Amino acid sequence: MNKRKSFSFSSIFRNQLIIPLAALVLLVLFNLIMDPSFFKITLGQNSLGNPVLSGALITILDNGSELAILAIGMTLVTAASGGQDISVGANVAIAGSVMLRILCGRGDSAEMQAPVIVAFIAACIVSMLFGAFNGVLVAYFKIQPMVATLILYTAGRSIAAWINNNELPIVNDPSFGYFGGFIPGIPMPTPFFIAVICVIVITLVLKFTTLGLYTQSVGINESSSKLNGLNPQVIKLLTFVILGLCVAVVGLIKVSRISTINYSVIAKDIEMDAILAVALGGNALSGGKFNMYASILGAYIIQFLTTTLYKYKVSADALPAYKAIVVILLVVFSAPTVREWMSKTFNNLKNNNTKKEVA
Amino acid sequence: MENNKKAGFSIKNMSDTNLLLTITIVIFFVMYIGAMIFLKKGFLKPQTFFNVLNTNAALIITSCGMSLVMITGGIDISVGGVVALVSMSCAVLLDQKGGNIPEAILLALGIGLLFGLVQGYLVAYLDIQPFIVSLAGMFFARGMTTIVNNQPFNVAHEGFVALKDTRINIPGLGSVNKKGVFVPAYIEIGVVVALLVVVVLFVMLRWSKFGRRFYAVGGNKQSALMLGINVKQTKFMSHIICSLLAGLGGFVYFMHVGSGSPSHAMGMEMNAIASSIIGGTMLTGGVGNIIGTLFGVMSLSTIQNIVSSAGLDQAWWTGITIASMLCLFLVIQSVVMTLKKKSV
Repeated sequence: MNKRKSFSFSSIFRNQLIIPLAALVLLVLFNLIMDPSFFKITLGQNSLGNPVLSGALITILDNGSELAILAIGMTLVTAASGGQDISVGANVAIAGSVMLRILCGRGDSAEMQAPVIVAFIAACIVSMLFGAFNGVLVAYFKIQPMVATLILYTAGRSIAAWINNNELPIVNDPSFGYFGGFIPGIPMPTPFFIAVICVIVITLVLKFTTLGLYTQSVGINESSSKLNGLNPQVIKLLTFVILGLCVAVVGLIKVSRISTINYSVIAKDIEMDAILAVALGGNALSGGKFNMYASILGAYIIQFLTTTLYKYKVSADALPAYKAIVVILLVVFSAPTVREWMSKTFNNLKNNNTKKEVA
Repeated sequence: MENNKKAGFSIKNMSDTNLLLTITIVIFFVMYIGAMIFLKKGFLKPQTFFNVLNTNAALIITSCGMSLVMITGGIDISVGGVVALVSMSCAVLLDQKGGNIPEAILLALGIGLLFGLVQGYLVAYLDIQPFIVSLAGMFFARGMTTIVNNQPFNVAHEGFVALKDTRINIPGLGSVNKKGVFVPAYIEIGVVVALLVVVVLFVMLRWSKFGRRFYAVGGNKQSALMLGINVKQTKFMSHIICSLLAGLGGFVYFMHVGSGSPSHAMGMEMNAIASSIIGGTMLTGGVGNIIGTLFGVMSLSTIQNIVSSAGLDQAWWTGITIASMLCLFLVIQSVVMTLKKKSV
């Protein structure tokens, strides 16, 4: 934490961005001290002879993109309904499965049966329908979001396997791999650009529509926003549908990365990371006000942490234990009671100092 | 709740808890009797019924803890991880460190207590969302399991194997096998533990002052505070009991499978939540019943049995049926509650 600055400490500790930024600074410092080569970026060539950038930072921008896209939808759902969608991982599997089903068809021919855009649109529709299913349960049947989405969480991967009859279709066309890899001639990984597009779209939506205002007001007080002429149920449903759209985009990236699918592993535990991203961004998980950019920053920080841990040879299975410690530290620091206490203590310290100086 | 008992039998007069419990029990019996009539095969054997208990003893114990936390309005998704960590730690203790069974039981309860203390403190006294806290708990437990030992292995400790294979025969029940020999129905020790837990928790929640506090806190925090209930302490206790039961459940699970593995009890937290919900516990808090949870676990397991014996044994059917059943129960709960509110 920053101790040197002398202006109002309470305002620092109440600022929403302080937690993600502090986490980022800590991670960067840790890597700088331990091994500065972490930040080295090299321009090389991949197996196809295209220029590609590589390095830990690029890996973070690449792999963090899926999480960032999901964090956009998750932030809206969290803000409007005060709960989280735990079915996104399963829904990604469904979206990916639909895409492959359309691209590969039933036959064994190596060529794609349909253009990628058709498959993508179909996946969007399916994911949005499943999102709407969650949304209806939450908005109209008034079931808590976590429980309502538990249904799809349990069934999602089974449905995904069922769509393709439990087969694992493989897309051979190299152009399908562009979405999760590199477009020839552009050295930055494509998922990063997709994430940037998503961020721009959501920025425009939040700026030019009332979506942001409405979701926040529904999250803060549902009955008073109803009295003000909003329809809380439609808004909640809408946030779940938007999350469905984000899920379809992530499904495209995930499937494109490996050109096939593994129903039980694809996007596993991504829902937990997405919720963490929202929490890390300092957004209240009980709904209400949100800061979209803090969530997106949170998503990249989680990937930063993961990449850092991988660098120090932490095995993929043991990774959660370290992540858990970081998460606990973060939530403890961002807990309102702890923050109050900290700002009070720092204020007292400051007052004592000034008193001494006066004396 | 006590007042309602005298006032005739009608849906209006039933408390939320009793109403949801009745729905669950009725559906369970309809399902089981339906399976007996239409599928016959195994369902007529008493052992099939007792096997439901044998395989799910650990789930019953953890679900009871989960229900308790849910009654106070919280949630704990770390139980599956704790079960895996406990079974792995006990396996390592017995197999490689030369420990004995009492030590293993102490270790199991100790791990549970530790998780309960930390999570309970963070949730109750620092006011952090229970979902996030227990999510971190789950990550930690799963990660620690692989750090303790990352390969699955069987335990060959003599005393433990004897304990694992102990069968308690049920007098008078059983079936005649193909050779014409009468095979008595049996249960494992874990089932006795599970049923004890159910009885103790049921009595506690129903009649003790301590138990009623959980409902008060879950029902309305403000009025519980006004009544002079220590809300924070109650939440703290609910998490401690839940994690302790997860530790105990971990040992029972370990007794049933007899091995340690990082992939043990995958998704058990979700099954526990699902069982509690099917059993009529509401996540909003204040409503729930331990007997309902017991029936929730058995309904969940019975539907799996029905699915596999109806010939739909492709893996995905299990997931889809459990989910649709969960969906059905949630919608029933939601509709019944709305109707009741309107009729009052």
